[in-house]
Amino acid sequence: MAAGVAAWLPFARAAAIGWMPVANLPMPVAPTEKSKRQDELIILNVSGRRFQTWRNTLDRYPDTLLGSSEKEFFYNEETKEYFFDRDPDVFRSVLNFYRTGKLHYPRYECISSYDEELAFFGIVPEIIGDCCYEEYKDRKRENAERLMDDQEDNKDAKLPNMTFRETMWRAFENPHTSTMALVFYYVTGFFIAVSVITNVVETVPCGSAPNQKEVPCGERYTVAFFCMDTACVMIFTVEYLMRLFAAPSRYRFMRSVMSIIDVVAILPYYIGLVMTDNEDVSGAFVTLRVFRVFRIFKFSRHSQGLRILGYTLKSCASELGFLLFSLTMAIIIFATVMFYAEKGSSSSKFTSIPASFWYTIVTMTTLGYGDMVPKTIAGKIFGSICSLSGVLVIALPVPVIVSNFSRIYHQNQRADKRRAQKKARLARIRISKTGSSNAFLHSKRNGLFNEALELTSSTEEEQRLSKSTSLLESQHHHLLHCLEKTTVSNHEFVDEQYYQQSYLDAGLQNYPSRSPSLSSQDGMTGTCCTRRSKKHHTPLPNASAATHMQPLTHTHTHQQGLQELSTIHIQPLSTSRSSLNMRVDEPAPLNCQSSQITTAIISIPTPPVTTPEGDAHLPAGPAHQNVVKVSAL
Amino acid sequence: MKSRSQDQSLTDSRELDRSYDPLTGSVADDSELSTVCYRPEGIDRLVQQTNFSKKELQVLYRGFKNECPSGAVNEETFKNIYSQFFPQGDSSMYAHFLFEAFDTQNNGAVNFEDFVISLSIILRGSVTDKLNWAFNLYDLNKDGCITREEMTDIMHSIYDMMGKYTYPSMKDSAPKDHVDSFFQKMDRNNDGVVTIEEFLETCQKDDNIMQSMHMFDNVI
Repeated sequence: MAAGVAAWLPFARAAAIGWMPVANLPMPVAPTEKSKRQDELIILNVSGRRFQTWRNTLDRYPDTLLGSSEKEFFYNEETKEYFFDRDPDVFRSVLNFYRTGKLHYPRYECISSYDEELAFFGIVPEIIGDCCYEEYKDRKRENAERLMDDQEDNKDAKLPNMTFRETMWRAFENPHTSTMALVFYYVTGFFIAVSVITNVVETVPCGSAPNQKEVPCGERYTVAFFCMDTACVMIFTVEYLMRLFAAPSRYRFMRSVMSIIDVVAILPYYIGLVMTDNEDVSGAFVTLRVFRVFRIFKFSRHSQGLRILGYTLKSCASELGFLLFSLTMAIIIFATVMFYAEKGSSSSKFTSIPASFWYTIVTMTTLGYGDMVPKTIAGKIFGSICSLSGVLVIALPVPVIVSNFSRIYHQNQRADKRRAQKKARLARIRISKTGSSNAFLHSKRNGLFNEALELTSSTEEEQRLSKSTSLLESQHHHLLHCLEKTTVSNHEFVDEQYYQQSYLDAGLQNYPSRSPSLSSQDGMTGTCCTRRSKKHHTPLPNASAATHMQPLTHTHTHQQGLQELSTIHIQPLSTSRSSLNMRVDEPAPLNCQSSQITTAIISIPTPPVTTPEGDAHLPAGPAHQNVVKVSAL
Repeated sequence: MKSRSQDQSLTDSRELDRSYDPLTGSVADDSELSTVCYRPEGIDRLVQQTNFSKKELQVLYRGFKNECPSGAVNEETFKNIYSQFFPQGDSSMYAHFLFEAFDTQNNGAVNFEDFVISLSIILRGSVTDKLNWAFNLYDLNKDGCITREEMTDIMHSIYDMMGKYTYPSMKDSAPKDHVDSFFQKMDRNNDGVVTIEEFLETCQKDDNIMQSMHMFDNVI
């Protein structure tokens, strides 16, 4: 049921008394209101701004948040008001909807924030009043187009497995995807230019022998021009066939405008080849050569401005149609008038009405060649009226076309700009994302460090460290940690780059030797720390130093069940692998008191189904059997 | 310049016939609708005239003023409201009759006083008052008796509100049959009209009707 009509329901129900005497059957029982509340004022506190309204006002729309019992979730017992942590400005429009029954869209509001608020309060945007609906829809469409543009750009991203055909098609559509495409692009452009210039130069009169009249270059150097033409047409044919082959939907490609232009550009040549030098047909043959000029339209693949112009003309079709129609009307009127006005004068050029068309067109477009001029007074008067009206008729639709062109052109500019900015944006987003994953790994190390510190009891550093992570972060990290623990064989999060690096290098390093000292089978090592993993962290001079550290330890495990050591990757600035190996073989001075450089912990990968025994002894160390952790600090 | 629909070009041709002023958008030869604003008399007077309490009148007026800021409802609004409550059928005729019943001053608009006085009769009046009001509703020319034609009109309007999508499907003679049964019940002296006395007498004897008179008492 629509909006404010709910307010009339009591009246309609009361007026139903009118049916009662007429009714034959007993009436159904009326629904009773459980609590007959007096209408009361309720306070809606939206981010501090208090709105007050009658409860009945809100009850008008029972399928929204404020009208239903859903608002009870937001009731604050202490202050006896409903608190919503939302935008108070948009809430104004929402509340006005309840009051007046009309939802308005404020123009200064961002469309997506408005949509979100509406969604929160359970109001369907379709009921926006007519006064604001158009604006709302326009903004929404713009936004959607922008999103679609972004998505389309995403599609350009290279898919890992593209068939040769798809690669070729992509190369054709976007020349900057590969060098080959770019070369092809420029070559075709060059040949189009050559072909067009050839056509033009063909008709220029070259020098002639003294006793002959001037001949155009085309006839003088027939062979050369023919070769040039052949070369161009061959290139165009090859290009067309390649595009046809690569097109994802051949049928659709063949119907597209560009392909038709391609065909029209090369067809005259082939027809000319087929036709003989017959006298009758050569007239048609000459006509066909005109079509060669269509090759210039092939440039529209190369120029975006040209495409925009074409698109503008297409979108302004109605304006152009109107222009044409009004011009035709005016031409006919004025031609008739001029013809009859000039009929009297002798030697008048206005021999018939169609002959006067030429005069009218030339005058209305203010060309004024002067090959036909009126001589009578009446003719001159009407001629001047004709030229004045011509100016008006042409000037009217032109700004519409111009504004259309400008709008489309700017849209394109904006799209290009957005695309350029997007790369920078994505890079920044990626940095912040890796920052957060770095933070996790960093905090893990800090967690271990904290345990080490507990034993070293250096409280100041502990406090410093604990300050650096907020509660939210620490809970997030704990969650990630739990996920790590859940996985079989304790997979760990690592940095993306290192993962990729190690994946590539994995085949290269296989340390066959087994580290004797830190075999996992040995169980506990007799250290005061009672850990299988011997980890020590250098005392951080200050918390921020953590960020300067080589961010990640990278592990990559070979799940091959062989007793191989995992590869170890460390930031190249720190110790080399060989030196690490050396360190491994050292009997690590497991002096918890000392703060030494960490040693590598290498454990032998065992088959995945193992119970991590002694896990209880590892408070936080994720060093299970098949994990190598190196922290190079 | 988007392509204009037929309607738009047709309406704009009115400009050429000089009956339509495109600048103000008003139709020239219609009388100007003055923006009248009705204000009801004081709330205390209304409390005296009706059986509503002050608070109830406040609630009623707030709803009324919200829907009709000008202070008076016209027949169009009535029809609109009813068409929204009864979307399946055509309720315009019934809304018209109802409007006539509410418009006690016969000035084409129902202001708040008319509205609230009628509501007071319907909701807070005695059964006799309610029956009187119903009789007044049926009596289209307000001459004190209901003729068969009047009743037929009323009946048709009620059945029109139902619309044609009913189960079992509506027979064309259903209104007429209903009118016949009504007259059979009400018309004691078989003179072809139902007077107020006959009406009251019959209704007071019918338990169903008496019970249903009280059904909407707690609407406000």
